[in-house]
Amino acid sequence: MKKAYMGVDIGSISTKGIIIDEDNKILASEYIWTEGDPIGAVKRLISILKGQFNEKKYKVVGVGTTGSARKLIGVILGANIVKNEITAHAIGTLSLYPDVHTIFEIGGQDSKIIIIDHGIVTDYAMNTLCAAGTGSFLSSQSKRLGLEVEEFGEMALKSKNPTNIAARCTVFAESDLVHKVQIGHKKEDIIAGLCKAVVNNYLNNVGKGKKISAPIVFQGGVSKNVGVIKAFEEATGEKIIVDPNSHLMGALGVAILSKKAPEVSFDFNIEDVTFETKGIECKGCANNCERICVYKDGKLIDAWGNKCDKGAIKVKAGV
Amino acid sequence: MSKVKVNFPRFGSYNVAVRHIIVNGLGVDYVDAPPITKKTLEIGAKYSPDFVCTPFKYQLGGYIEAIEAGANTLIQVGGACRLNYYGELHEQILKDLGYEVRFVNMANADFSKPLTFYEEFKKIKPSVNLKKITSAVLLAVKMVEVIDKVEDYIRENVGFEVVNGSFEKLHKEFLEDLKEVNDKKELNLIAKLYMSKLKRVETNKPKNPLRVGIVGEYYTIMDEYSNHYMEKELAKKGIIIERWMNVSNSIFHNYVKEIKQSIKNYAKYDMGATSMYTIKKALDYAKDNFDGIIHVKSFGCTPEIDTMPVLERISEDYKIPIIYFSFDTQTSDVGINTRIEAFYDMIMMRKEKKIK
Repeated sequence: MKKAYMGVDIGSISTKGIIIDEDNKILASEYIWTEGDPIGAVKRLISILKGQFNEKKYKVVGVGTTGSARKLIGVILGANIVKNEITAHAIGTLSLYPDVHTIFEIGGQDSKIIIIDHGIVTDYAMNTLCAAGTGSFLSSQSKRLGLEVEEFGEMALKSKNPTNIAARCTVFAESDLVHKVQIGHKKEDIIAGLCKAVVNNYLNNVGKGKKISAPIVFQGGVSKNVGVIKAFEEATGEKIIVDPNSHLMGALGVAILSKKAPEVSFDFNIEDVTFETKGIECKGCANNCERICVYKDGKLIDAWGNKCDKGAIKVKAGV
Repeated sequence: MSKVKVNFPRFGSYNVAVRHIIVNGLGVDYVDAPPITKKTLEIGAKYSPDFVCTPFKYQLGGYIEAIEAGANTLIQVGGACRLNYYGELHEQILKDLGYEVRFVNMANADFSKPLTFYEEFKKIKPSVNLKKITSAVLLAVKMVEVIDKVEDYIRENVGFEVVNGSFEKLHKEFLEDLKEVNDKKELNLIAKLYMSKLKRVETNKPKNPLRVGIVGEYYTIMDEYSNHYMEKELAKKGIIIERWMNVSNSIFHNYVKEIKQSIKNYAKYDMGATSMYTIKKALDYAKDNFDGIIHVKSFGCTPEIDTMPVLERISEDYKIPIIYFSFDTQTSDVGINTRIEAFYDMIMMRKEKKIK
C-alpha cells in the first residue's frame, strides 16, 4: 500500500480538496462551493474525492487543512496539520515553481500577495479592511451586467478601449460603473475596465510597497479570469504565470506540509457522521466570549473561543 | 460632594503605581475600572467620535465603567499627539451624558514646571501636602521601574516556561503584593523577592530561539486587550519578545537627543509622539539581527503612520521582515492570528535556511 496525503482548503466561497502521492503527483482533486456551510461542503468534498481515489492502492496518512475554516475542519477531519493560507499557498506554489518571486492570490473574499526570495517567504500582505478587488465583487458586478462570471474574462478581451472605473472602493466602483453604463459605454469596455479596476485596487492596496518582480504566479479563483490576467500583465509589464491547478495551490501546499507531521489514519466514511457546532456565550465576565463547541455524533470533541481559563470548556479525554 | 473616589484609565500594569499616589500621596480613595472587556469598547465606541484613535474609546468606556463602580473623580494626562486633547473631550462627553464627576486634566500641567502638577493635585484634594505627594510620586516612579523590569524578564522567558501559566501566576501575585508597598524599603524587598522567584521558574530555552522586537504606538503596544494579546500569542510559539517601549524607558530614562542623532539617516524631523522611538528601536532590532519586527498602532495614529515608510526602508536595508498591525474596534482575532502565524512561519523558515 502506498502512502497518500490530503489537503483541504476551505474558503468562504469555495472549498478545495486534493490528494497527492509521495512525489506530489495529484491523485484526486475537486473544487466546490462552500455555500455558507463549511461542514456540509467538506462532507461532499470528501465523498467526491473518495470516488476519484484508489483505496486499494493508496492509504491516506496525512491530512492538512487551510483557509478560513481550517481550525473547524481540521478538528472534523482529524488533521495532522492546520496551517494558515499564506504559508500553504507559498509551499504549494514553490513545489511547482521553485523560482517564483511573487505570488498574486485573489480569492472570493480576500486577496494576498506573497514575496519570495530564493524559496523563502520574505514579505506578504493580506487585505483586511476591504473587499474591493476580490472575486465576490466581480461576480456581483457580472450579475448586474447580466453575465455569468465565467464569461467575463473572454468578454473583457474583446475591448479595445477599456472604460475607466474608480478602483478605490467597491462602493465608488459600483456607482461609477452604473453611471458609465447609462451614458452608453460598451459592455465589453465596462468589463475590461472592471478587470483593470480590480488589478489597480489590488496593486494599490495589497501590493503597496511590495517589491513585485518576475516570475509572477497568479492564483486563487480570480486567476481563471483571462481579463484580469491581461490587466495584470499590462500593469506589471511582466508575464503572468497561471497554473492549470491555480485554484488548488493552498490545498496542495497543506497536503505537502502534512507529510512532515506525525501520520494519521484517515477514514473517508464521514458522510454518516453528524458534526454539529454550538455557540455558547460565556457569562464569566462582561467580555461574553463566544465559545464554539464542536460535537461529533453528539459528543463534544473540541471547543475554543474563550479568552481566559475561566471560560475554558474541558473536553473529556478519550472522546 | 461626597467622599472623593479617584479613577485613572487602565494602562498596562501601571495602575498600581497611580493608586499609590492617590491613596498614599493624597489620602483619598482609588477605584480601578473593571478589566477591559468587549463591553468597555462597545460603550466607549458608542459615545466617541468615530474617527478618534482607539485608546480614546477604550478609556472613555473605562471611565464610564469606573463611574458605575463608584468613581467620582477622573484623571487624564497629556501627551505629544491627540492624547493632549483626550481629557478635554472626555470631560465634555461625560458631561453631555449627564455624569456628575470631577475631571482633573494633567494636560494642563507643564513637565518643565513640576509645581504645576501640584496645582492639579490640589484640585483633587485642596489640603494636599507637598512633601507627602512628592514622596508618593517618587515611590510610584520606582514602582513603575520595578514593574517594567519584571515584565521585561517575563517577555524574554514566558515562551519557554515548562509549566504553562507559571509566569502569569507570579505576575498577578506580584501586582497584588505591590499594592501593599508603603516605602522604598518594602518595594526593594518585593522587587528582590519576585526577581528571584521569576528566575527560579523552570524554562526550557533552545540554544538559538527566534527573537522578535515590538514597536509602535504607546497605548496599543502596552495594553494587551488592545493588541489582542499579541505578546501571549507570540510567546506560545516559543519566541523571545523584546519591547523597549514602556513608561520607564520612554519617560524616566528618556534620551531624545541621542535618539535623534542615531536615526538621522532615516528621519530628520521629529514626527511626534512615539515616532522617534519606533524608528530608533526598529533600527536597533535590525542591527542586532532580530528575526523580525512587529509594528502595532491604533487605526489612524498619525505619528505611527508617518514612521511606516521609514520602517520599510529599514526593512529593506537590513533585510529584516516587518509586519504592520492596525487596531480599531474589531473583536475577532481570526485575521490577526492568521497573519501572526504566517509571520512566524516566515521568520522560522528564514532562520532554518540561515542555519543550513
